[in-house]
Amino acid sequence: MNSINKQKEIAVATVDEIAVDIPKEVIIEETSIAIFKTKDSTIFALENKCPHKGGPLSQGIVSGEHVFCPLHDWKISLHDGRAQGADEGCTASYGTRVENNTVYLLLK
Amino acid sequence: MNKERLVLIGNGMAGMYTIEEILKQEPDRFEITVFGKEPHPNYNRILLSSVLQGDSELKDIVLNDYDWYKEHNITLYTGDEVTRIDTNNKQVESAGGIVCAYDHLIVATGSNPFMPPIPGSDKEGVISFRDIKDTETMIEASKKYEKAAVIGGGLLGLEAARGLLNLNMETEVIHLQDQLMERQLDPNASKMLKRELENQGMRFHMEKQTEQIFGRKRAQGLHFKDGESLYADLVVIAVGIRPNIGLAENSGLKTNRAIIVNDFLETSAPDVYAVGECAEHNGIAYGLVAPLYEQGKILAERLVSKEPAGTGYQGSLTSTKLKVSGVDVFSAGEFGEADDLKSVLVHDDFDGVYKKVNIRDNKVVGAVLFGDTTDSPKLLNLINKKEDISEVGKGIILPSESNAPMESPVVDMANEETICGCNGVCKGEIVSAINEKGLTSVNEVKQHTNASRSCGGCKPLVSDLLNATLGDGAAVNEVEPLCGCTDLSHEQVIEEIKAKQLSHTREVMNVLGWKEPEGCSKCRPALNYYLSVSKPEEYEDDYASRFINERVHANIQNDGTYSVVPRMYGGVTNSDQLRKIADVAEKYEVPLLKLTGGQRIDLLGVNKEDLPAIWGDLDMPSGHAYGKSIRTVKTCVGEDFCRFGTQDSIGMGMTIERKYERLNTPHKVKMAVSACPRNCAESGIKDIGIVGLEGHWEMYVGGNGGVDLRGGELLGKMNSDDELLDAISAFLQYYRESAHYLERTSHWIERVGLDHVKAVVLEDEEERANLIERMEVSLEHKGEDPWKELTYNEKKKQELFEQRKVELV
Ligand code: SRM
Ligand SMILES: Cc1cc2nc3c(=O)[nH]c(=O)nc-3n(C[C@H](O)[C@H](O)[C@H](O)COP(=O)(O)OP(=O)(O)OC[C@H]3O[C@@H](n4cnc5c(N)ncnc54)[C@H](O)[C@@H]3O)c2cc1C
Ligand code: SF4
Ligand code: FES
Repeated sequence: MNSINKQKEIAVATVDEIAVDIPKEVIIEETSIAIFKTKDSTIFALENKCPHKGGPLSQGIVSGEHVFCPLHDWKISLHDGRAQGADEGCTASYGTRVENNTVYLLLK
Repeated sequence: MNKERLVLIGNGMAGMYTIEEILKQEPDRFEITVFGKEPHPNYNRILLSSVLQGDSELKDIVLNDYDWYKEHNITLYTGDEVTRIDTNNKQVESAGGIVCAYDHLIVATGSNPFMPPIPGSDKEGVISFRDIKDTETMIEASKKYEKAAVIGGGLLGLEAARGLLNLNMETEVIHLQDQLMERQLDPNASKMLKRELENQGMRFHMEKQTEQIFGRKRAQGLHFKDGESLYADLVVIAVGIRPNIGLAENSGLKTNRAIIVNDFLETSAPDVYAVGECAEHNGIAYGLVAPLYEQGKILAERLVSKEPAGTGYQGSLTSTKLKVSGVDVFSAGEFGEADDLKSVLVHDDFDGVYKKVNIRDNKVVGAVLFGDTTDSPKLLNLINKKEDISEVGKGIILPSESNAPMESPVVDMANEETICGCNGVCKGEIVSAINEKGLTSVNEVKQHTNASRSCGGCKPLVSDLLNATLGDGAAVNEVEPLCGCTDLSHEQVIEEIKAKQLSHTREVMNVLGWKEPEGCSKCRPALNYYLSVSKPEEYEDDYASRFINERVHANIQNDGTYSVVPRMYGGVTNSDQLRKIADVAEKYEVPLLKLTGGQRIDLLGVNKEDLPAIWGDLDMPSGHAYGKSIRTVKTCVGEDFCRFGTQDSIGMGMTIERKYERLNTPHKVKMAVSACPRNCAESGIKDIGIVGLEGHWEMYVGGNGGVDLRGGELLGKMNSDDELLDAISAFLQYYRESAHYLERTSHWIERVGLDHVKAVVLEDEEERANLIERMEVSLEHKGEDPWKELTYNEKKKQELFEQRKVELV
């Protein structure tokens, strides 16, 4: 998959390797990415960096489709990386795809 | 059409209440300008006492913030004093040079503290207690100085003194009379009040007249007339107030003690009104908010309707409440002695309860209550209504004394009777707000009706009324919900877990109808804890619901690295441990080694991935420095080496730490054992602090050295090591079962009371035995050392610690 027009996909883990609500940290080149698996096995991926002060979101408490940052408890949407409530900020989110139990990350 | 120009001098409680009342009826009629001498928007002066006592913060007591003035198109000049009223040309002038014309003028300049002419009262460190600045000065002074003197044993003086005690100052109260609060209390109640306040740590100097405040630039103390003196770095003068009428006098308004007003708050000059403490009606200038608000309401009506409405202001009956925690005082009407008065008396020195109701011609005319003020609303109503009580008997006067089950006084109050005196809110208003707006908590009632917004004295009544209105079984949100995902309180959730035998966090959220089906970072750890305490034998930890520190058993740091604190029982180590720590530090290039405040060593800045390997190499148990669990047991040198030691503090500390380590608790639990009262292990500020004495141990509980510094209180003396361990078990287990998650022992004890804890943990033999037994069960099931477990559990290691590196192809 190295056509320039297509998004780059990369296999990062198997679905079974990621525990529900316990994110997996994956480092691609210099970027750390947190991969989330929710109760219904949906996979999400966010840059592992809280929009507040860079806290590692992979270490947060995951509730439904949100993660609470371990440093100061900001609530971040797994869908788009946006901070919820009164807090403002957004962290990069990545598309994911699952095929044959393998989780692929869509890089932009 | 030009709007009528309304000018208010004095941006305080009475004046702004009047404006609020006007805006309620005619939001757009007037062009309003407000002058305030203080550099603040209108705030709740009453609550300065609670700011000083540490129960509120300055930012919480603002009544109308700057935005509010903007939203209502009010021009506000703060920090600017009106210096002249020109009643001929109908305009006012301010010190800042502003000239402002009016069609209607309200003077609401309040009072000034009365400063008696004591030589030296101009020195630094001598202040009154009236405004934000005074309050800030006291708080600042308490950081630098230790000794405070309050001149004046009245309401204000005592509230100031209580605040200074809370700020950790030694506080002496000087009073001219032989009786505290003599203007509100009779000698008996006064005596009981003094005793109670002495117990709280206040020291009194009665019948003392201050002759001079001495000191160089700053006050250093007081000389009394009788030749005695006293050292003090801060002197608060609270001997009374004087209506602030200088401006009115100079502008030609008719004054006596204050500005003279008629029943419609009109002064001697046309279109000039006065309201609040600066106004004198029928010879009385009031100094409490309730009557001032009554005046404000009438003045608003007068200004809005142009025609004098109704009968106008007819004076007020005032009642007193002292805002000092742990002291319940109430007084109203004629409370003293007189030949034509008969009184009903209850005087119980043992329980510290005193009640006196004065009756003239079969009518209640005054009352004093001390220690139990539940009857105060009833009495205030009786005094107001002037009802003949000859038929109904004593039960109705003091319902708390009759054996019949107490019914709340709100039940038979009429709809137009006042519940919140401060804000003039009557029963009917509250009931209709509850019904129409579907209110379910005191807080909501406060937001929608203003009831209990000021001194808070009527909160119990509002709460009763809420219950009565919603009916039995209605869900009254009295207590704080556990978090935003539910309306249930901590207690209710704990109950439900027990009653419904719930066994998993998801099950709890599901069965109890969580609004957020998957919970949040507040409730999930709490539920996980409650479940573990309810079923220690079988509960399996839900580590996805744990805060990261407790999930990976290390403290997360600001850059995402972790710290490692191995356990060193009782703060004792040896060369073997030190060598291992040194080796690990070198091998893993640990950036910082540090001695902690808990008598052990911290390895800081460790990569997440390295944690299991480091634990393996260290081969020491986890110190749980990250956990809501037993932290450290600090010890002092003790009898083996120290010349003062009376007990083996190190041995006892190690025994305790070994016994309770790894036990999960609502919040962290810190302990210490010292071997004599010199207390080198700082047992006085620990959740459980032990002090050894010849032949026994003292056990202190509820100490805290953190955010809310609190000294531990003596739970009891234990005559043997076993008795001590039993007491610790019973205490800890009761804390584990009844505290809210994330409630330190200090806050928990403040909430439930030391006496209650003593009764359960020490006095009730049966309960004590049960607690100890349940503790033993919990200790048996507390599991092995988490570091050991994680080091060798490949699955968890992969799940929790792996940082996977993926190559881009
Ligand atoms: C390591 C240590 C500082 C040191 O280098 O000495 C420390 C470090 C932290 N303390 Fe502490 N406290 C340490 C002794 C204390 C003490 C002193 C003591 O225990 O004698 C206190 C005051 C005593 C007390 O708690 O009553 C103390 C009061 C706090 C508080 C305030 C607690 C409170 O109830 O007010 C917090 C915040 C909290 O727990 O919510 C806190 C929280 C923290 C945390 C865990 C912050 C956090 O939640 O992530 C810090 C971790 C820093 C890091 O980057 O690893 N730390 N902390 C000490 C570890 C002691 C140990 O060996 O276990
Ligand atoms: C510590 C404390 C505790 C209290 N506790 C209670 C309590 O529990 N219950 C109770 O009922 N009452 C209590 N009171 C009394 C209550 O606060 C007052 O009765 C009430 O604030 C008086 O309202 P006011 O508007 O008349 O005066 P203030 O609230 O004093 O307002 C007057 C304002 O006018 C300003 N001003 C004065 N002259 C000028 C001028 N020339 N130009 C511009 N502005 C001017 C002043 O700076 C002040 O801000 C307490 C008071 C204090 C100080
Ligand atoms: S507490 Fe007492 S016995 Fe212990 S070290 Fe201090 S002085 Fe010595
Ligand atoms: S860094 Fe995430 S909340 Fe502060």
